[in-house]
Amino acid sequence: MNTVLFLILYPVIVALLLLILPQLAIRKFIVGASTAILTVASIYLMIDYFNTGAVFFEFGTHTLNLGILFIEVALAAIIVYISVKHKQFLAALLMLTGAIMTIWFEVTHGNQIHATHNLFVDNLSLIMTLIIGIIGGLIALFAVGYMEEYHKHHPNVKNRVPFFFFIVFAFLGAMYGLVFANNLMWLFFFWEITTFCSFFLIGYSRDEIAIKNAFKALKMNLLGGLAFSAAIIYLFTNANTVELNQLPNLASTVVLLPAALLAFAGISKAAQMPFSSWLLGAMVAPTPVSALLHSSTMVKAGVYLIIRLSPVFAFVEGGATVGLFVAMVGAVTFLLASFMAISQMDAKRVLAYSTIANLGLIVVCAGIGTYELVWAAIMLVIFHAIAKSLLFLSVGTVENNVGDRIIESMDGLITKMPKVAIGMVIGIAGMFLAPFGMLISKWAALEGLVSANPILTVFVAFGSAATLFFWTKWLGKIIMIKEKPADFVAKIPVTEQFTLTALAVMTIGVCLLFPLISKYSLEPFIQAIYGHAYMLDQSNVAILLIMMGIILVLPLRLMTYGELNYRPQYLAGSNSSEKEKFYGSLGLTRDVTMKSFYLENIFGEDKLFKLGVVSSIVLIIIMFGVGI
Amino acid sequence: MSGINATIAVILYIVLAPVVGGLISGVDRKISARMQGRYGPPILQPFYDVFKLMAKQNIVVNKHQKFYVLCFLVFIIITGAIFFAGGDLLLAIFALTLGSVFLIIAAYSTYSPYAYIGAEREMLQIMAYEPMVILTVVGMYMVTKSFSVFDIAMFDQPLIYSLPGIFLGFVFILTIKFRKSPFDISMSHHAHQEIVRGVVTEFSGKELAMVEVAHWYENVFLLGIVCLFFASNPVIAIVLAALTYFLEIFIDNNNSRLKWQSALGSAWIVALVLGVGNIAFLALR
Amino acid sequence: MSYLPKSPWLIHYDASSCNGCDIEVLACLTPLYDVERFGVLNIGNPKHADIFVITGSVNEQNKPVIQNLYNQMAEPKVVVAIGACATSGGIFRECYNVQGGIDKVIPVDVYVPGCAARPESIIDGVVKALGVLEEKHKNMTKVAK
Repeated sequence: MNTVLFLILYPVIVALLLLILPQLAIRKFIVGASTAILTVASIYLMIDYFNTGAVFFEFGTHTLNLGILFIEVALAAIIVYISVKHKQFLAALLMLTGAIMTIWFEVTHGNQIHATHNLFVDNLSLIMTLIIGIIGGLIALFAVGYMEEYHKHHPNVKNRVPFFFFIVFAFLGAMYGLVFANNLMWLFFFWEITTFCSFFLIGYSRDEIAIKNAFKALKMNLLGGLAFSAAIIYLFTNANTVELNQLPNLASTVVLLPAALLAFAGISKAAQMPFSSWLLGAMVAPTPVSALLHSSTMVKAGVYLIIRLSPVFAFVEGGATVGLFVAMVGAVTFLLASFMAISQMDAKRVLAYSTIANLGLIVVCAGIGTYELVWAAIMLVIFHAIAKSLLFLSVGTVENNVGDRIIESMDGLITKMPKVAIGMVIGIAGMFLAPFGMLISKWAALEGLVSANPILTVFVAFGSAATLFFWTKWLGKIIMIKEKPADFVAKIPVTEQFTLTALAVMTIGVCLLFPLISKYSLEPFIQAIYGHAYMLDQSNVAILLIMMGIILVLPLRLMTYGELNYRPQYLAGSNSSEKEKFYGSLGLTRDVTMKSFYLENIFGEDKLFKLGVVSSIVLIIIMFGVGI
Repeated sequence: MSGINATIAVILYIVLAPVVGGLISGVDRKISARMQGRYGPPILQPFYDVFKLMAKQNIVVNKHQKFYVLCFLVFIIITGAIFFAGGDLLLAIFALTLGSVFLIIAAYSTYSPYAYIGAEREMLQIMAYEPMVILTVVGMYMVTKSFSVFDIAMFDQPLIYSLPGIFLGFVFILTIKFRKSPFDISMSHHAHQEIVRGVVTEFSGKELAMVEVAHWYENVFLLGIVCLFFASNPVIAIVLAALTYFLEIFIDNNNSRLKWQSALGSAWIVALVLGVGNIAFLALR
Repeated sequence: MSYLPKSPWLIHYDASSCNGCDIEVLACLTPLYDVERFGVLNIGNPKHADIFVITGSVNEQNKPVIQNLYNQMAEPKVVVAIGACATSGGIFRECYNVQGGIDKVIPVDVYVPGCAARPESIIDGVVKALGVLEEKHKNMTKVAK
């Protein structure tokens, strides 16, 4: 209990400290120490509640609720002020509406609301805690070195690094609060804080596009927030409860609409279609922000909420239909986002689309909500958080060294920056190849979907094919063996090296340890909710581990090759005497250059995005229709 | 399947699959030649080719390509081993994908324009056939309620009765998998002038032999899946697998190569119409 | 005995010529002559080929190409020069840009005469080359031992 409070409050204290102490050396120390402390505290919490199942805490008073309301209103006022200043009246209107709803609700019903259990811890919270603490902390650590380099490369951007770190740690605190909150009003409070934090982080550079995209993210998430508070009000007035753990026990007449509204909030936060554009817009922010938003925080909050709703979809009468449409939104998003990733040349946009797609898959799993699929969904959350943060941060490091983040410029990265490249290869392999993480969960997802709803497997089948295409072509670019330019020197700060190494080791480690994670963490959790747990067949786990072993051992073969007969590439006989050059027409010597397929005509963003928006809006409307 | 039987099956597969695969390839070349009005090479010609390649000097662009090709062979063998040990069909498909990715990155690593185009086209091919492969597995699960190859093979009724659409769709993408015209866009066994030898352009000697042997293993695995559709009667299964292969040779010799757009488009349309149609029918039944 | 003579793979390069011999080489692959009977494939890639079949004479433009292709072939390898131009420069011998036969730039093992060389003599030349190939392989293994 105390650890829980510590985890929520400590990042906030650190945030304030970082705001008032702007010196680099102090920041390095504080961030490093806090990362260590958060990691230790998260692990301690896990050990503490290892075998206890769900534990609920009676904590909180009416005064505390009023305090929360006060902070909410103050933040809302700031947001309204900023929105009006930038002439973003829609954002201001959404914020005002939300704030008025909250205040009205608090004033009229504030005294009657009684939540027995405001906070709780269960295995899903613990997993999220570890993700937030370890990965969020590592990203913050990475950012210390990165932001110095960032300001060297972007002299026009005003240096507001202390504010940056203030927001980052406030974000982590809010995420902790979010995963421990059982009282929906508290959950909503932390939910809105993550929205505000992401708004400030996306708009960090304060140039025109950054501000525009920050407001885009704000508007979409505020819309989700409105749905959230509508859900709370409806739930309280009809069922007289605001507790998350009560939802699956309620009658279907009162719980379906709130579930649909909450799912809608989750969909907006998890950047599912039609809201996917805010996550892409968020790419203008410095890379650690993207990593933070994509892997351990923000979008994970969205899917976390939907996973929490999956028992409602599974058990409440009529819930399955609502869940089906939530899942359909996820399926459409998975398919189209995977397609659109093919047409992207900017590495961060590819990662963004891949994030949206993977979240789509998680939403599919959580929306159907059978025990196998919940297993798959949580596994996806874990694997995705680690591999995706590794990839984002590697791209950031590459960008600072190579000068841009276009995939075409990553030709021969393995000879230029071998360590970063190997990290990226691990990350990419982790995203789509057997026996690495994502594939294990995709496998479970397929198995679960076949028995639950075979038609959804069609989306997964086509989406996976596209996934394979865009990852492999990127992988190929990285591992090309190309002459290293003589003047190229890679400069990677120590904090970045440490974070990248740690994440790469974790990507592999989680793949090796996943049977244990499943056995000790997921199975009890799912057992408690569903009465029976999913586990992969033992022999298949053994085969996966054998494959993993082979992949780890085979590279040793590289060292045993003795003298080899090297010959240059076949260039139709017109190789020049220099490497990777050939005699072109008119006797000119030309470089060998190669560009990948991006298939713009087939998988271009314009058409597919419109298709996705229209179909997902239709699906969401039907979802609400079913909910009512 | 019990542990000992599974072990025997895996050993038999590892030893016999290259023999069977090589013979199939030899027969293929003979039949193709006859269809073209030629006499054709000896049936054992593929083995002569591979033994010759083993004897040749090994030249490389870089040493990494050797490693990737080795991984390709290893994971294709693992694919078949999982399948013939009666393991999880989905896992076998994933292992196959992993193997294919290793071949592609082997081609990429050479930084050769011809291998590069070959690799890109190979990826397009994978993207074209992957949905149908997954739908095949899904269809088999819907009928037999199991992903285990052993259970699917032991199912008391031929799967073809419930999965005619999926069978046809699978045969369609087999044309891509066997690298037959009209879909041999990334490499083929014929002279292939515009991208030289595509993916394998930069491999020589031992590496090329390994790629060849891996393809034999792969072909045996694929024909194994074809047999699953008729598994209740092994004789009929083998006869029909042979007929399927003959059909592929026939298609190969009667079509010119198409563009990748056609490969991707037609494979996905087939998967959508035949594959999804069949699954929808099963789901509604 | 090695398997080299049973599976000779060709790369065919047409240097500066009238294309007569070029056409005749392709004629060998047609059903009438069908060299695949002997396992011969026109593989079109120096890295896979055992026999380098060249028609036409060497000029300034294609000299580096011939050398490059030859260098990219794996041992053991043989070169077959086909037709009058490839063996000696033929009627182009006196041209200002022509250097002469293929043996001016790379070692040639078998010379096939004719203008244009007939398919029968081309096949005969390739079969002769197989003997050379086998011998080179023996030498190679001897050196290795």
